[in-house]
Amino acid sequence: MATLQLREAIRDAMVEEMDRDSNVFLMGEEVADYNGAYKVSEGMLERFGERRVIDTPISENGFAGLGLGAAMNGLRPIIEFMTWNFAFVAMDQIVNNAAKIRYMSGGQFSFPIVFRGPNGAAGQLAATHNTTVEALYSCFPGLKVISVSNPDDAKGLLKSAIRDNDPVVFLESEFMYGMRGEVSEAEDYLISMGQARIAQEGDAVTIIGHNKSYWRALEAAAMLADDGYQAEVIDPRTIRPFDWEAVIRSVKKTNRCVVVDESNPFASVAAEVAFQIQHRAFDWLDAPVRRVTAKDTPAPYARNLMDHYLPGAEDVYRACREVMYL
Amino acid sequence: MAPMIDTLDAVTQPASTNGQSSVSADSIKVSLSFSHYPGGRFAHVDLGLSVADLEEMYRNMLLQRRFEERSAQMYGKQKIAGFLHLYIGQEAISTGSAYALELGVDSVITAYRDHGLALALGMSSNECMAELFGRQDGCSKGKGGSMHFFSREKRFFGGHGIVGAHIPVAAGIAFAHKYKGDGGVCVCYLGDGAVWQGAFHEALNLASLYELPVIFVIENNQYAMGTSVDRSAADPNLFKQGASYAMPGALADGMDVFSVCRAMQDHVAMAREGHPSLLEIRTYRYRGHSMSDPGKYRTKAELDSHKNEDPILRLKSYLLEQELFAIETLDVIDEEVKTEVLESVEFADNSPLPPLEAIYDDVYTQQDFPFLLI
Repeated sequence: MATLQLREAIRDAMVEEMDRDSNVFLMGEEVADYNGAYKVSEGMLERFGERRVIDTPISENGFAGLGLGAAMNGLRPIIEFMTWNFAFVAMDQIVNNAAKIRYMSGGQFSFPIVFRGPNGAAGQLAATHNTTVEALYSCFPGLKVISVSNPDDAKGLLKSAIRDNDPVVFLESEFMYGMRGEVSEAEDYLISMGQARIAQEGDAVTIIGHNKSYWRALEAAAMLADDGYQAEVIDPRTIRPFDWEAVIRSVKKTNRCVVVDESNPFASVAAEVAFQIQHRAFDWLDAPVRRVTAKDTPAPYARNLMDHYLPGAEDVYRACREVMYL
Repeated sequence: MAPMIDTLDAVTQPASTNGQSSVSADSIKVSLSFSHYPGGRFAHVDLGLSVADLEEMYRNMLLQRRFEERSAQMYGKQKIAGFLHLYIGQEAISTGSAYALELGVDSVITAYRDHGLALALGMSSNECMAELFGRQDGCSKGKGGSMHFFSREKRFFGGHGIVGAHIPVAAGIAFAHKYKGDGGVCVCYLGDGAVWQGAFHEALNLASLYELPVIFVIENNQYAMGTSVDRSAADPNLFKQGASYAMPGALADGMDVFSVCRAMQDHVAMAREGHPSLLEIRTYRYRGHSMSDPGKYRTKAELDSHKNEDPILRLKSYLLEQELFAIETLDVIDEEVKTEVLESVEFADNSPLPPLEAIYDDVYTQQDFPFLLI
C-alpha cells in the first residue's frame, strides 16, 4: 500500500490510463499549464504534452460538448470541471447529449467519457459554489454517477470509469483533495462500479454515507461505539447504479437505517435510498428510515450558518439514537 | 477564386488622458474579406462533376422532395407523430455538399431538420421512413424519430433536437479526426436561429483555437421558427460571425446546387489543411417550421418568389438547356423516385413496432445495467 493524497490517487489513475491507452486525453480549465486549479493534474502536461493535456477557455458548455464529439468519434476523453458548480452551464451537453444520444441513435454511438471534478460544500463560498449534484445527475438514465470518499476508492473507481464505455459523472471534493489514505499498489487496480463498501460492520443501525458524508457517518458510529452500540457503516461509492443489495442486506440485519447526504433534502440521494428501503425491506424495519441532509436552503456564507447548513456528525448521531429509540 | 465581399470596420479608441497609455490614440482599422459564391456563376464542369454525377444529384434532390411530401401526407394520416420539420426548398444544400465530401471518411452532423441530409449521405428511404413511423427497422430503431436520424455507417452523427447543442459536438468530432490523424473533416449544419446560442460561439472559438478540421455551415432559411433573421440578428450578415474567432467566412446561394458544391469544395479543402471555417448558405424553406406552423409570419408573395428559384427546377432547367439530358430521361427519374418513396411507405408500414422489452436497450453499453424497475 502507498499513502497518497486524494488528488494524487486521482492523478495516478489518469496517468496510468493515459499510459495504457493513447486515446485517453485530459481537457479542462487550467489542467495543463497551471497544473490544475487544485493540482490534481500536476505534472501531466510535462509527461504527456499539449496534445493530450489541454487547457480550455472558460467555456464549459463548449468543451463538454467537444468531449462528447470526441467520444462519439472514437476517443476516451476525461473532461475536468474546475468544480461541478461550473458545469451547470454545460448541463445541456451532459443531460441532453451524453445521457440521451446513445438511446436516440438506437445504440449506434457510445460515449466513453468521464466528466470529473470537485462537488459539494467547499467552505464559505456562498450558494453558487457549494452545490451537491449526486442526486441531480442520477436522475438521468444514460449517465453513471460515482462519488468518492477516499484515495483508494478514487483510484480504483476512476480507472474503471475511464475504461467504461458509458458516460460517467465522477464526483470528488475540494475539502478532501489533501486527505491522505492507503492506496492499493496492485497492478491495474480496478474497483467495479455499482458495489458498495461496508466500511464497518455492526448490528445496531445501518448508516449510509458517500463522499464527505461518509466521514460524518464514521464519526457518528464512533460516538455510538462510546455508548456501547456497534453501527454498520456503508459507503455506496456509486450512486447510479446503486448497490441496493448491500444496503438491503444490512438493513435486514440492523432493522434501522440513517442516510447521510450533503444534498438538499428534496429528491436527494437520501430520499431515493429511504424509498427503496421501505419498498424492499418494510417488514424488517423497526423504525422509519431517517435522513440527515443539508438544510432546504441555498448554502449561506456566514460561518455559523454554513456549519448549521451542513449535516454534522452530531446530527447523524442523534438521528441514529432516534431510530434506536434511545 | 470566388469574388470577395469586403467590409471595412473602424474602431475608434479614446485618446489617453494622462499620456502614459501604450494604446494608440489613432483609430484601429480592421479590414474583413469574405468569399462569395453567387448563384448562376458555376457550371458543372467547373466543379469536376460528371454527367453521371448530375443525374445522381438530380435524383437525390428529387428523392428528398418526394420523400418529405409523402412524409407530410403520412403525418396527416397519423402514421407519423411528434414533430416533423420539413427540408423542402433546401435540398441543394444537402446534395451540393455531399458531392464535396469524401463519404465514409468525413463526418456530418446537423440539427432536427435532418431528413434531406440523411438521404443525401446515402441512407435508404426505407430506414428513414421506418424511423418516422417509429418502427424497429428505422435508422434509430424507432428510438429517435424525425429529429434524430443517425447512421454510424454513413458517419452521420445525427439529427439533434436542441438548437445549437450539436455545434460543440461537431468540434469534438473534428478534434478526434485531428487527434487520430485520419484525414477526415467534420461538417456541422445549423440553422440561422442557432447562431444566437452561446454554444455556437464557444464552439467556433474552440475550433479556431485548436485548429480543428471543421466547417460550420449556417443554413439560413430566413426564419428561426417564426422569427425572421432581421428580427433576431443585430447584423443579419451571418457569414461575418466567424471573424471574431479568426475564422474565414463566406456566403453561398442555397438555391443553386453548384454554388453550394463549389463553396463546400473550397471549405472542405481548408478543413483538410486544418483550418476551420464558416459558410453561410442562404436558402428558403417552403413549409412551416414544423407541421403545426401555418407560416403566417410571411406573405404568399415572398414564398412564391422563392419557389420561382426552386433548386430542383433550376437544376432541371440547367440539365435541359445544356442538353445533357432529354426530358424523357428526367421523367423516368421522377417516376423511379416516386416509386422508391411509395415503397418506403409500404416498408415502414410493414416493419414491426419495437418490442416493449426494447425500452431498456441502448441506454447503456453495459448489458446488465440494474435499472430501477419501480
